[in-house]
Amino acid sequence: MAKKQTVHVKVNGVQREVDVEPRLLLVHFIREKLSLTGTHVGCDTSNCGACTVVLDGKTVKSCTMFAVQADGAEILTVEGLFKDGKLHPLQEGFKQEHGLQCGFCTPGMLMSSYALLQKNSQPSEQDIRWGISGNLCRCTGYQNIVKAVQYAAGKMAQGGAR
Amino acid sequence: MIPPSFEYLRPKTIPEAIAMLQQHGDAAKILSGGQSLIPMMKLRLARPGYLIDINRISGLSHIKEEGGYLKIGGLTREAELEVSPVVRSKYPIIVDTAHVIADPQVRNLATVGGNLAHGDPANDHPATMIALGAQVVASGPKGERTIPIENFFVSLFTTTLQPDEILTEIRIPVPPPRSAGAYFKLERKVGDFATAAVAAQVTLDDQGACQKVGIGLTNVGATPIRARKAEDFLRGKKLDEATIKQASHLAADEAEPSADLRGPVEYKKGLVKELAKRALTRARERVGK
Repeated sequence: MAKKQTVHVKVNGVQREVDVEPRLLLVHFIREKLSLTGTHVGCDTSNCGACTVVLDGKTVKSCTMFAVQADGAEILTVEGLFKDGKLHPLQEGFKQEHGLQCGFCTPGMLMSSYALLQKNSQPSEQDIRWGISGNLCRCTGYQNIVKAVQYAAGKMAQGGAR
Repeated sequence: MIPPSFEYLRPKTIPEAIAMLQQHGDAAKILSGGQSLIPMMKLRLARPGYLIDINRISGLSHIKEEGGYLKIGGLTREAELEVSPVVRSKYPIIVDTAHVIADPQVRNLATVGGNLAHGDPANDHPATMIALGAQVVASGPKGERTIPIENFFVSLFTTTLQPDEILTEIRIPVPPPRSAGAYFKLERKVGDFATAAVAAQVTLDDQGACQKVGIGLTNVGATPIRARKAEDFLRGKKLDEATIKQASHLAADEAEPSADLRGPVEYKKGLVKELAKRALTRARERVGK
């Protein structure tokens, strides 16, 4: 077994330090070492986007990155969206607009939508579809996911932004 | 899927990384964006004993015009190309290309250098760099050497990069006035490799005749293909519907696709013809009056 390395990361605002084998994928690090199981393993082949997290402000597929690469980074997972006892406007939007059925893709959808709204607070329908083009949903046909993101954009424009 | 075990190395400078490559030889692989390498390791198609992560080396990530070239650092992310003002204003063909590579998450990590050094004929930058007449800078123990892109791709997943060299920069000659290009790709869905794609870059004179022309083809051969016959035909001729049609036929003849799940040979050749027509037409439109 290869020599273990220490990874320092700030996840959802909390500083963590864990010794890992270099081959440990970021998604397994998040789920198994940090016990944050909201981030899902879907296809495990960099296609579906269920494992999407926000790393230093940018979305990445955590199944296609090693935990050691994230050393020093700040990571936001779906667990970090819920704050002060309140759902994030995006989470509220997915609930209100029925943006999910089975829910498996939802954590990844939320993180991609979150990163999109950080860059573009008033996205068009096309911008939203482009923003979530790396996330597959096999239930909704995307229609209500788009509406959920529009709902959140509206809500955040009214002052619910964060 | 769990990749095989490896030692992880994180050099801070290029000489340090080259020394590591010299020490570990074939057992070592450079980890850039990792968006092709890590999936291959998970499938155990690649089993490097040492991964040399170059992501913390400074000076490898830039996009700038300097000394007559657009210089793109090897570690530049695809997502950075998409938003670069100089690329957006003068190199629309590169924006076209970056835009259709994989998906947003992958583009946040994937690098231009990796896209070329991987040597996969299905990757998108090779054809575009062929159309632009780019050069690749390889850094090794003896310093830097410059490789014209058309000599870079040897065969499937094989380039002229030596085991102790790192692709550090891509240099594109700044196109003269009245130049433009376009990249057209057909993919079955977002994130798929091209069924086929065509890159075309032209420089027109005042009469609309081709002074310079570059045409590259994606995923229709063991290496990215430069459509020389189509280029030779167009050089000096006025770029109009008739010459574009003729050049597109020639480009399709130069494609050497294999039949696979994305379609049979004839279909892919037909696709090259159509995509070449669209790319050349768009390039002409972009040059303008």
